[in-house]
Amino acid sequence: MIDLNKIKPYGDTLNDGMVQLSFTLPISNGEEAKEAARQLVLKMGFEEASVVYSKDLGINYTYFILYGKTTHTVDYTKIEVPKVEVDVMNKEEVEEYIKENIKRNVVILGACTGTDAHTVGIDAIMNMKGYAGHYGLERYEGIDAYNLGSQVPNEELVRQAIELDADAILVSQVVTQKDIHIQNLTQLVDLLEAEGIREKVILVCGGPRISHELAKEIGYDAGFGSGTFAEDVATFVVTEMVARLSQPQKAAI
Amino acid sequence: MSKLNLNQEIIDSSRQSAKNIADEVQKFIDLHTTVSTERAILRLLGVDGVDDIDKPLPNVVVDSIRLNRELEKGVAYWIGNAMLNTHLTPQQIAEKISIGELEITSLPIQDEDKIKNVIEKAAKPTIEKIKFNKIKREELGCQSSFSTPLIYVIVATGNIYEDIVQAKAAAKQGADVIAVIRTTGQSLLDYVPYGATTEGFGGTYATQENFRLMRQALDEVGEEIGKYIRLTNYCSGLCMPEIAAMGAVERLDMMLNDALYGILFRDINMQRTLIDQYFSRVINGFAGIIINTGEDNYLTTDDAVEAAHTVLASQFINEQFALKAGIPEEQMGLGHAFEMDPDLENGFLLELAQAQMAREIFPKAPLKYMPPTKYMTGNIFKGHLQDAMFNLASIMTKQGIQLLGMPTEAIHTPHLHDRYLSIENAKYIFKDARNLGDEIEFKKDGIIQNRAKEVLLKANELLVEIDSEGLFKAIEKGKFGGVKRSPTGGKGLDGVVMKDEKYFNPFIVSMLGGERR
Repeated sequence: MIDLNKIKPYGDTLNDGMVQLSFTLPISNGEEAKEAARQLVLKMGFEEASVVYSKDLGINYTYFILYGKTTHTVDYTKIEVPKVEVDVMNKEEVEEYIKENIKRNVVILGACTGTDAHTVGIDAIMNMKGYAGHYGLERYEGIDAYNLGSQVPNEELVRQAIELDADAILVSQVVTQKDIHIQNLTQLVDLLEAEGIREKVILVCGGPRISHELAKEIGYDAGFGSGTFAEDVATFVVTEMVARLSQPQKAAI
Repeated sequence: MSKLNLNQEIIDSSRQSAKNIADEVQKFIDLHTTVSTERAILRLLGVDGVDDIDKPLPNVVVDSIRLNRELEKGVAYWIGNAMLNTHLTPQQIAEKISIGELEITSLPIQDEDKIKNVIEKAAKPTIEKIKFNKIKREELGCQSSFSTPLIYVIVATGNIYEDIVQAKAAAKQGADVIAVIRTTGQSLLDYVPYGATTEGFGGTYATQENFRLMRQALDEVGEEIGKYIRLTNYCSGLCMPEIAAMGAVERLDMMLNDALYGILFRDINMQRTLIDQYFSRVINGFAGIIINTGEDNYLTTDDAVEAAHTVLASQFINEQFALKAGIPEEQMGLGHAFEMDPDLENGFLLELAQAQMAREIFPKAPLKYMPPTKYMTGNIFKGHLQDAMFNLASIMTKQGIQLLGMPTEAIHTPHLHDRYLSIENAKYIFKDARNLGDEIEFKKDGIIQNRAKEVLLKANELLVEIDSEGLFKAIEKGKFGGVKRSPTGGKGLDGVVMKDEKYFNPFIVSMLGGERR
């Protein structure tokens, strides 16, 4: 019986807690090194830790592969993850929705900002061809999609957003190091606020390190991680636009 | 021996069209110079260092000449004239300009022949140094440790000293080539930062001191393991010629150096990049540096199956630009990539067709083969297999330089053990299937032969079309990578200058002339 109050990893028997791990320690390979790796894994809360492979990486650092049985459990019934709560529409449904509810073209700007030069993510969402058979926003009737490309400074993005009177801004952050993407994403929010247009646009970020929770935390309307397609983003943008239209306008300060 | 049964007439026609395209652009290039070309000349004349606000002295000198609207004559002319007037070295002249003690364009004008003479003498030491580096590279066994494909890995910590730790480890694990990725954003800087650096994002600043430190480290580890380890950096962006000059002096062995990459993927102005690539390639050619071209990028922005012919067309164009700059075929690391969707049926056959086609059309070029990136998912186990298929395609088609894929592609810049796993993967497959390519032929009119035939035909059509309308127009229309750029758009156009009749660049003469080889 699976006990949802106490969920544990599954190897080949329910609740065996089996986990595979791999990491490198800055010590040369040998019996002592393996014992060090094993003890470290025990400290992580595993039982019956065993080193199944170890290899010196050439500079007296050693790589290990280990297995262990975790002693911890998680109460699955208490899990709460903030998510973008919409029923995803397909391309045709989005187009129809715009025609019926918005009755004009939706302007969406996308960019890979800051120092990031990796456009894979924003291209997958924006470009005509899309990704894995899911057409990008450029192909959507009723959406004016502008892909500004890579390494777009936040200032430039804001300038374009004002010029094109954007309804939504999509920011992609793919390759990041030392959390530079967080700084960069927050700076954009500050700039939009300084220009007084933060409330006017729907602000969305995406990338392999982005979650909806993180996005909300740093002042975005939504965040999308890996495995997102154009229709996920389009659905959110158009439904959010309509939701905002039906709300009374916030008083200008 | 051809496995693909390609039509030689179509290959010849493509090559001729590419030559016409390059000829046309070269006419434009020859009439112009750029701020970075001029700064590279200064660097080769020995100007280095920064002023009190950390502005590199080559920038100080070029900006001071440009401010007086005299860059049309070129820095060599003005430095030569200043040397005759002051009897100082180019470095001393640059220092004086930086502290406001010398107005270089206000000095009395000397005899032109004397100016050329004094500059030729000043150029000598660097020319000799670069020649010495070529000899040194051979002495250290660069050729004797040559087993293809070369295993090429990247380090990218942001900190040159941490890079050295990772590079040494990679060399010990079997890497032949270490590339130090540049910090993101450096390609758009219109200057080269100075000194050793420890802060960078997604990579490490390309500086002359960082080049020197890494070269020294790789020579050390090379001596220890008895193999010459090649060093690579990025000769692209707004400072192509300067990076080439620094790399030649510090004995780098390879440079990413594409004629079109900056235009398409960094939105650098096309006039600027095309002029810049010329001098950068003259330097790379003379220094014995293998250039790596960036056709792989077309396949990440465009579809690898549909856009395959644009890769081949660009390889033909890059080949012709390289020949113009005196780069021999043996130094042309023409690029391509294993980027097809793994869900495709028989995708591997199409990849084999592309790789074998490049091999047969550019027989002497050490082809640079790039790994899957676009369809890497975060599933490190499947990713490791995709990389294995990539390695298999490479050994079967005798590629020259294998940039190893990492199982953690799309997650983070490689960890120490990611690189180990990838090197182990490549070494295993290269050894296990070493002569597979020699043993097999492709079925006549089968999937592989037909695919290669189709791609070649389409590439030829594209080249004929570009030949008739010109390269600038073709880029404007988005023929490469689906990216559209205008001749006057993008970054760096203000750094393009029309040459005066007094203009001269002493290094183009000596690097392309009798001093070669």
